[in-house]
Amino acid sequence: MSGVLAEVTGNLGSIGYGLAAIGPGVGIGIIFGQGVQAIARQPEAYGLIRQNMILGFVFAEALALIGIALAFVFRA
Amino acid sequence: MSAAPLLAADEFQAPGLGLFDWPPLVEGAAWFNKPALLALVAALLVIVFVYAAFSRPKLVPRGVQNIGELAYEFTREQIARPFLGKDSDRWMPLLFSMFLFVWIMNLFGSIIFVQFPVMSRIGYPAVLAIGVWVLVMYLGIKHQGPIGFFKNVMFPPGLPGWIYVMVAPIELVSTFFLRHITHAIRLFATMMAGHLIIALFSEVGWHFLFVQLTPLGAPVGVLGVIMTILLTAFELFIQALQAYVFALLTAMFINDALRPAH
Repeated sequence: MSGVLAEVTGNLGSIGYGLAAIGPGVGIGIIFGQGVQAIARQPEAYGLIRQNMILGFVFAEALALIGIALAFVFRA
Repeated sequence: MSAAPLLAADEFQAPGLGLFDWPPLVEGAAWFNKPALLALVAALLVIVFVYAAFSRPKLVPRGVQNIGELAYEFTREQIARPFLGKDSDRWMPLLFSMFLFVWIMNLFGSIIFVQFPVMSRIGYPAVLAIGVWVLVMYLGIKHQGPIGFFKNVMFPPGLPGWIYVMVAPIELVSTFFLRHITHAIRLFATMMAGHLIIALFSEVGWHFLFVQLTPLGAPVGVLGVIMTILLTAFELFIQALQAYVFALLTAMFINDALRPAH
């Protein structure tokens, strides 16, 4: 028994990815939440809303994807 | 300490980046590995498909022409027209072939025995993104002038003067570099992550059901197999979505180069 009370081992990259996923998670939630609300308010604009929703989604998603790539790049 | 030996989790090796390393197929040609072969096959498939669909078009479409027209119409109505408007017909050859090519490259990830999404190697999306970047720079300078192109991007009209100190450098970096880098990374990282996750769950199923069958491990293995099936279905959707998004963003970049943002 060493003096260490509790120890966590593993890859720091996965923690980094977990942190990187918070922001895009919130962003994607807002985008789709607002998108569904907009569709409910104006169903005839569905095509336009869906397209802009996907556009916003991919911009937010890019951050999470960069996180997953960098978790592998900066592996300890 | 009690659960780990029963599940034999300490012997389970999760698949890593080794999945993406391919030895050359032919001795001496280091570039010619499985992804390179698949890329050539994908290009050939697109050419053959489009030739079969549109080489002898009929007024009442039959056979392959039906599928071809469906794909063409989707690309024109959903990708080109919303951004390019009346210019869209001019850019349809690029957008249509890019959409099909990226989609087929992605689809290789779910075709049995092929099972490698070629776009999960950064080189392949990077080449496409660099091509788009060169095209966009050329178009922007041609249509807005070498100074006007940069001026329109960095100094959008209608903002209070002092804010340009912040807006100009951000817009410069984001419009000319960052968004083209993320253009490539988005496709690459989605395909890589999807491939890794499917490999992980099928490895779980294989390990806990065949390599080391234990009473407590068997449910984990069954879960792995179920997740593999579900995620393959999800991956089919993501592959199509990423091909759509790649072509969509290309259309958006071309539109931004053709005319200044209002």
